Amino acid sequence: MEIAILPAPKAFGAPDDPRSVARAMAPPSRFGDKAFQWLTLAMALAVVVLVVLTGWQLWRGSSLAIQKFGFHFLVTSTWDPVAEQFGALPFIYGTLVSSLIALLIAVPLSIATAVYLTELAPLWIRQPLVSLIEMLAAIPSVILGLWGIFVMVPWLRDYPFPSLKRLFGWTPFFSGPIYGTSMLAGGIIIAIMILPIITSVSREILRSVPDLQREAAYALGATRWEVTRLAVLSYARKGLFGAVILGLGRALGETMAVTMVIGNTPQTAASLFKPGYTLASVIANEFTEATTDVYLGALFEIGLVLFGVTILVNLIAQLLLKTMTTTTSATRAVQ
Amino acid sequence: MMINGAGATFPYPIYSKWFDEYAKVDPSVRFNYQSIGSGGGQKQILAQTVDFGASDGPMSDENLSKAPGKILHIPTVAGAVVITYNLDGNPALRLDGDTIANIFLGKIKNWNDPKIAASNPGAKLPDKEIVVVHRSDGSGTTFIFTDYLSKISGEWKEKAGNNTSVNWPTGIGGKGNEGVAGQVKQTPGALGYVELIYATQNKMPYAEVKNAAGEFMKPTLESITAALATANIPDDFRFSMTNAPGKDAYPIAGATWLLVYQQQKDAAKGKKLVEFLKWSLTDGEKMAKDLQYAPLPESVQQRVLTRIGEIKM
Repeated sequence: MEIAILPAPKAFGAPDDPRSVARAMAPPSRFGDKAFQWLTLAMALAVVVLVVLTGWQLWRGSSLAIQKFGFHFLVTSTWDPVAEQFGALPFIYGTLVSSLIALLIAVPLSIATAVYLTELAPLWIRQPLVSLIEMLAAIPSVILGLWGIFVMVPWLRDYPFPSLKRLFGWTPFFSGPIYGTSMLAGGIIIAIMILPIITSVSREILRSVPDLQREAAYALGATRWEVTRLAVLSYARKGLFGAVILGLGRALGETMAVTMVIGNTPQTAASLFKPGYTLASVIANEFTEATTDVYLGALFEIGLVLFGVTILVNLIAQLLLKTMTTTTSATRAVQ
Repeated sequence: MMINGAGATFPYPIYSKWFDEYAKVDPSVRFNYQSIGSGGGQKQILAQTVDFGASDGPMSDENLSKAPGKILHIPTVAGAVVITYNLDGNPALRLDGDTIANIFLGKIKNWNDPKIAASNPGAKLPDKEIVVVHRSDGSGTTFIFTDYLSKISGEWKEKAGNNTSVNWPTGIGGKGNEGVAGQVKQTPGALGYVELIYATQNKMPYAEVKNAAGEFMKPTLESITAALATANIPDDFRFSMTNAPGKDAYPIAGATWLLVYQQQKDAAKGKKLVEFLKWSLTDGEKMAKDLQYAPLPESVQQRVLTRIGEIKM
């Protein structure tokens, strides 16, 4: 019986329907629904088409370089526009390492800020803090880059870097001479840029945790820390992970500010004090003045690689997210 | 009538001045110039999407062979690349080409190296690592600088060569003149190269460089024009003026070119373009010095004007 009621729209349109008002309204509203559905479908498809076209265009643009260098492009380190020998390895390495440094710094900071803003901060402090964080997101990246060269890098070179070297100089990561401009400086500037986005999204997610969760935990006698950890953070885990992935997406493609402080030297050095280079930076740096076809092709291929790296990192994140949710539901089932 | 151009960023200030002033000479023509870089300028003139291109380096034979017609190189003005540095008290420095090449090859690593001291007997040079800074973005400045190094040093030519960007043996890359200047200013012991205008505007010290005649020359508009006057300029005007033989020539300098087709497709537009080119090579050249560009010497101006006269509609 109940199942028969479900296809209601059809019943509305039936000629022997006694509800005349409904009948009068039904046809236009159904048309609107259909139109809306098609429209939104078209929009959604446009995004897909855009991604596919971008990929295809990059592939086409880089065909010359792909033919010439093949798979070696991904595993060789020479970048020589004069001899037209190109390899992307140092750029891939630089992109991944600088983004990783950025995440290591930005994720704990952002999530802690979001927790403070939603769980602990007195009301009068919340709004000003939130506005300030959002203002950080509004600083143009080239301005941040200039600030990076003139303020951040000299300060890093004179104070934190020497201390890091004293403490951890025995590891390969903090050895060698300190110039200031370095992979570490690049990572730090990216961290500053992705901080607002991770914080904002995390804050929204924590705010959407139902108060019932918190109240239940308090009712069980949990302390504030336990409430935050057990009731809020673990509930919001999936969403927070999503926030981090959004930040990572921005980190991988960040260009201008990074270019200004990373030192732009294509090498794969273990020391974070040494200059590095990223995929996005080399495109921004060399595209306008590249005159030969192979050179241009190689830059297009760098774009293709960046495109691939971004997709790959996102896929891995999706997989992680999936295993994470299945384990949580599994734990819940056990409990 | 709208005449479209695109290309080099280095001459952009003087070109826009010319377009402004020329509007008073011939109000019927308007110019639209996009300073998208020399590479872009060459590509657009090859694709015939603009009426003229602009480039800080001459086009290669390979690129010229792709053109649907004969492309003329019209040199307009020249500029210098200077060696700037950051040392305590910023003493005046003199460098010879070999020393500069070895610094950028990473073979001279310390400021107290005897090779630097040899040309600077009075200067107090510290025991400090030289932090080499170069451009990370492709640029005409790098083209001129590496052209000079390739002429001076066989080893440089073999290891790095000459282009708008190269595989640097050592150093840190800064984006743009402002990136290199910022890096040098912020790093004690740093040494890099920037355009002359950039160093003078930012009050940065720059070295005197030994020229081909054995004289140490300060980069000035006069010493650049002197280099132009003595450089070997072939008839297609695709020349390099680095390490010019003149006694008064500053050795690290380069010209910038406008690129136009010898056979103009649109007769009316072509006529206006030729009139503008003639004006810029005569009256326009007089404005160069105010904007810190070196004008072409008289002899070269005449040769270029003759060539402009060969443009056909």
